[in-house]
Amino acid sequence: MSAATTARDVTEAFTARRSKDRSTPSLVFLGLLWFSLFFGVIVLLVLIVSTILEGAGRFDMELLTNYGSTVDTEHTGFRAGILGTVWLMVFTALFAVPLGIAAALYLEEFADKERWWNRFIEVNLQNLAAVPSIVYGLLAVAVMALIGFEETGIVLGGALALALLILPVVIITTREAVRAVPQEIRHGSLALGATQWQTTWRQTLPSAIPGIATGTILGLSRAIGEAAPLVVIGLAGSVRFDPEGVLSPITALPMQIYSLTSRPQEELQTAASAAIIVLLVLILALNGMAIFIRNKFQRSW
Amino acid sequence: MTTPSITTAGPSGGTGLPVAPNLRRRPRPGETVIRTILMLSALISVLITVGILVALVRPVLDFFAEIPFGEFFATEGTYAVVPLVTGTLMVTAIALLVSVPLGLGAAMYLSEYASRRARKVLKPTVELLAGIPSVVYGFFALSFVTPTLLQDILGMEIGFTNALAAGLVLGVMVIPTIATLSEDAMSAVPQALRQGSLAMGANRMQTTIRVVFPAALSGISAAVVLGMSRAIGETMIVALAAGGQKNLSADPREGMQAMTGFIAQTAGGENPVGSTEYNSLFAVGLLLFTMTLVLNVISISFVRRFRQEY
Repeated sequence: MSAATTARDVTEAFTARRSKDRSTPSLVFLGLLWFSLFFGVIVLLVLIVSTILEGAGRFDMELLTNYGSTVDTEHTGFRAGILGTVWLMVFTALFAVPLGIAAALYLEEFADKERWWNRFIEVNLQNLAAVPSIVYGLLAVAVMALIGFEETGIVLGGALALALLILPVVIITTREAVRAVPQEIRHGSLALGATQWQTTWRQTLPSAIPGIATGTILGLSRAIGEAAPLVVIGLAGSVRFDPEGVLSPITALPMQIYSLTSRPQEELQTAASAAIIVLLVLILALNGMAIFIRNKFQRSW
Repeated sequence: MTTPSITTAGPSGGTGLPVAPNLRRRPRPGETVIRTILMLSALISVLITVGILVALVRPVLDFFAEIPFGEFFATEGTYAVVPLVTGTLMVTAIALLVSVPLGLGAAMYLSEYASRRARKVLKPTVELLAGIPSVVYGFFALSFVTPTLLQDILGMEIGFTNALAAGLVLGVMVIPTIATLSEDAMSAVPQALRQGSLAMGANRMQTTIRVVFPAALSGISAAVVLGMSRAIGETMIVALAAGGQKNLSADPREGMQAMTGFIAQTAGGENPVGSTEYNSLFAVGLLLFTMTLVLNVISISFVRRFRQEY
């Protein structure tokens, strides 16, 4: 580690303030690199500003407290979508987090990495993380049919699809967090006579919790904006009641946004823009929470 | 009990600590139960892959029992998949035209020019782009890129939904995937190569383009292939902005339905479960899964190669 950074510093000292880097092609090249770096940021700014401008007329409480309406378009709201999204996130986390942590602990602490099946699980995980989200929707439809549900646009179906989607992310980030716990802590515990599971449960896992929490929240912040698997599982675009249980039909914020875009009414487009801002604020809050946890609790060993 | 000794169970830290004595453990049934439960959880990830295949293949068999292969792999007709594939490829090509140069440029700056402190701020900023939900990007393509950017500012004659706007926005979304992976690959190139090049009198630009870039090529290829897989599999942008009509045209200004867009639009409709229309969803889904699987496997093997090189 320290050797690598030193080498980098040497290169940097080497290249500092050399006249060769001031030639025209060099400066043009550097300009292009700057452009590619900031292009995305510019697009992001345009996206946010144009959406805020378009939705400015609808930043009121009714946006949050009213149900969706295609008749009373000026007072349509996203109550059902916001509540549905919250319910979905809770159940997605309940499904994905324990399973993800268990799988990650096995792969990091118990599995023999030389065995071909453990290596196969690794490659499989990497691949699953890149499977299109819409395919998880198709999988969830099949699983729901297998457990015997005809109506799939419910809390259980949506949460199942999203949990399958983020499971690889949770496993991969948890593994990184567990791997960052130094070996000395495990050795110390084992030397005192603890079994492997006692060591994992009482020493390794608690030390890795901040990293796991950060990874889980980042996984959820990916799930919160997903609409594709929810479309496939058959969530409604608009629901006019609050979710009441796991079997209750629901909608979600991204689903409501998706269904509003096909509507011709100007007021509904405005409402969709305002809803996008609500969704972005929710995602920002989740990310902020992840950064807060990382900075506050994460130890560097 | 085939369990290895306790010291080899965890990841080998390589910290140079003396190897602990190889103690034989006494059997602990509780530990075995827990170990088995954890292993089953890990196996669920394999089960998901198998589940995806089974979930897709079963309706597809029903589908091909009614519709002959030729009608599916045809250029026109209700069940024709070729226009969907060309639609996907068109949107993906536009997206790559945007994201490959910009993603590589950003990666080169981060890896070769940015100071450590600047990189700490700039890298998460680039990654922000990946955190925006795709339905938001889709809405942006519909409400800003097509009407304001393409029609008003650039004065193009272009439809409400078109492949160009969808591809451009999709490209922006893929930038972080390509940028972060390529940056990892370029940062992994040993400093000695750069120093050698600089000592020979090359400047930073020449070093970046002629030394670092070729040395990191397998990692960069992995990034581009993964970006392509992301673009092919992305749904909401194309479902919203690329259009809902099958179109074999090569003109990006026209609307054309992509594979993922077809799945979303058909699933959102009112087709009864088990009907041929419904099963056609799964046929397109299986083709999509296969395409992305091949790309992901290629990408993973490229990554492994660059890991081995350095």
